[in-house]
Parts: sequence; structure tokens; C-alpha cells
Amino acid sequence: MTTRYLEIRQGVLSKNDQLAATLRARLQAAGLLTLNVVSSPGSGKTALLERMMGDMRKAGHSVAALVGDLQTDNDAKRLARSGAPVRQIVTDGICHLEVEMITAHLNAWGLDLSALEFFFIENVGNLVCPTWYDLGEDLRIVLLSVTEGEDKPLKYPSMFYSADIAIITKMDLADACEFDRALAYENILSVRPSIRIFETSAKKGTGVAELIDFFVQTRAKKYAS
Amino acid sequence: MHELSIAYSLVQNASEAAQQAGARKVNKVFLRLGKLSGVVKEALLFGYDIATKGTPLEGSELVIQELPVVIYCASAQCQQEFAISGLQGFRCPNCNQPSNQIRQGRELEIEKLEIEVD
Repeated sequence: MTTRYLEIRQGVLSKNDQLAATLRARLQAAGLLTLNVVSSPGSGKTALLERMMGDMRKAGHSVAALVGDLQTDNDAKRLARSGAPVRQIVTDGICHLEVEMITAHLNAWGLDLSALEFFFIENVGNLVCPTWYDLGEDLRIVLLSVTEGEDKPLKYPSMFYSADIAIITKMDLADACEFDRALAYENILSVRPSIRIFETSAKKGTGVAELIDFFVQTRAKKYAS
Repeated sequence: MHELSIAYSLVQNASEAAQQAGARKVNKVFLRLGKLSGVVKEALLFGYDIATKGTPLEGSELVIQELPVVIYCASAQCQQEFAISGLQGFRCPNCNQPSNQIRQGRELEIEKLEIEVD
């Protein structure tokens, strides 16, 4: 026997990346804008999505969501109150969503994608593990709530770096938490220069219209030509 | 702790490549690991031993090369790449201008295998 080197030069997540490219093409053919929502547990992903999807439906937009959770289907029940089609992915302990899960659930769901405009994927609450798992999304949205500290972006730079837009949530609690808005902006922009930052309160509904408007415009731009 | 998932993907990819090359045995797997990859080296090494059990890679060594983040600074005075320490600020260490151009640091890549062939 002889010893030799075998050059590989292949990403460990290359299979996920290939499957994500396939899914992205399928979602694009259906005319969707797909949004992957990530944050730490308790930042308000579900509350924001419930509010936003409800408001979007009232404005005549068609939306659907897949929601990941480690153990329960509580989030799907909450999101279903918006009236939109919702399906739960229980990962049974896995700390992130992989594109195979998204594809499998879409296939089993039998949803008519071409009748939809917006597709939300609520990831498992975790600021580390979902970072480099491409789910075929158009935009990755990272949430930071005013209750969890302005230095979250510095503690989890990879995730904030991987995001396309950032949303500061629970703004109705900002004063009570003595939230330092300028510092939060500085930290987010430090790990992700020039990222677009939104501020919302799902409870009061503030900032949600601006966010919806941004998604509507982004989708219009994507399919303009 | 997603390193076990990463380890399983790594072992699957490396095993397929080794089989295609007709390897009798895999001695070493060389991995390039960027600081921005979000993967903890020690946790991955731990997961590797579990993920290789019962595969052609069982008993092989995972050799990890850690790579710092390298940014490109586009300012008039710099126009060059800089390695930065830490991950808390993607700014040019020379002129302090923020940079979105990451040239290195996201790697999670199998570079090569050391194999035994007939």
C-alpha cells in the first residue's frame, strides 16, 4: 500500500448548499420572497411574525410560514391565529433548521406556492447553530430585543454578519429596560457595516408597516424584470 | 452545539470521496476552519470521533487549520487585505474604515485527505 493525498476542496455543507440552490430556484419560479428569521430564544420572532402576517393578510397579501422548534408546536398555533397557512417543524432536539427539513415539509404540506407572495421560515431560537445553513431564503432577518442587552451582536458576530437586515424588537419596553439605542446601532453596524436596521413593537404594532413595506418593495424589485 | 451535525456531514463527504478514489484506509482529514464559521474546534473534534464510528474514517485523525478573518479595505490609502483579530469589528486596522468585504474567515472546507491505496 502507498500513502497519498487526495485533494478535495469541498465545503462541509456543500450538500446543504446545493439543495438550497434547488429550493431557491423553485421558490423563485413560484414568485415568492422567502425570509429566514433568526434570533436568540425569546427575542420575539413568533410575536412579530404573528402581528406582521396578520397585517399583511389584511392588506391583501398572501403569506405562509414554516416554523421550527425543538420540542413543541406552540409557535405554529400562535402563528395560525394570523389566518395564514402555517406548519410546524419539530426538530426533536436539533438546534437549527437544514434545507432538507424545509423541502420535506413543503412536499408533505402540498401548499400551492404559486398562490403565495411571501414565505417566512422561523428558525429555531439560537444565535450560533443556524448561521451557515442556507435555507434557500432571499433575506436573512436577525432580531435583537431591547431586553437582551445591546452587546448581543458582539457576542454573536457570525450570525449578525450573516444577516441581510436587523430588527430591534420589543421597542415598547425600551425605556423600562434603559435600552441604549445608539450603542445597539453601533454594535450591530460594527459587525455588519451598512446593514438596514428596523425597530418594531409587535405588541403596539409600531414599525410593522414600515417592515411590510420594505418586504413588498423588495419582492417587487426581485420580480421587476 | 451543532458540531455533531457538522461532523456527520464532514464524514459523509470525506467517506464518499475516499471510496471514489479507491482508498483502503483514511489516515487524516484536513479541514480549513474560518473564525467566522461558528464552529468550535474542540466540539468538532469531539463530534468527529462519534461520527466516524463504523465508517471508513474510523480511527482517522482530523487536522484542523484555523483561519483568521481577512477583510479588504477599499479606502484610497489602503486598497489591500488585512487580517483582523477578533470578530467584534469589521474595520480596517490601518484606517478604521468599516468593511463588508470578507476575503477569508467563513471557511468550513475539507481541503484534502491522506489515504492508503494499493
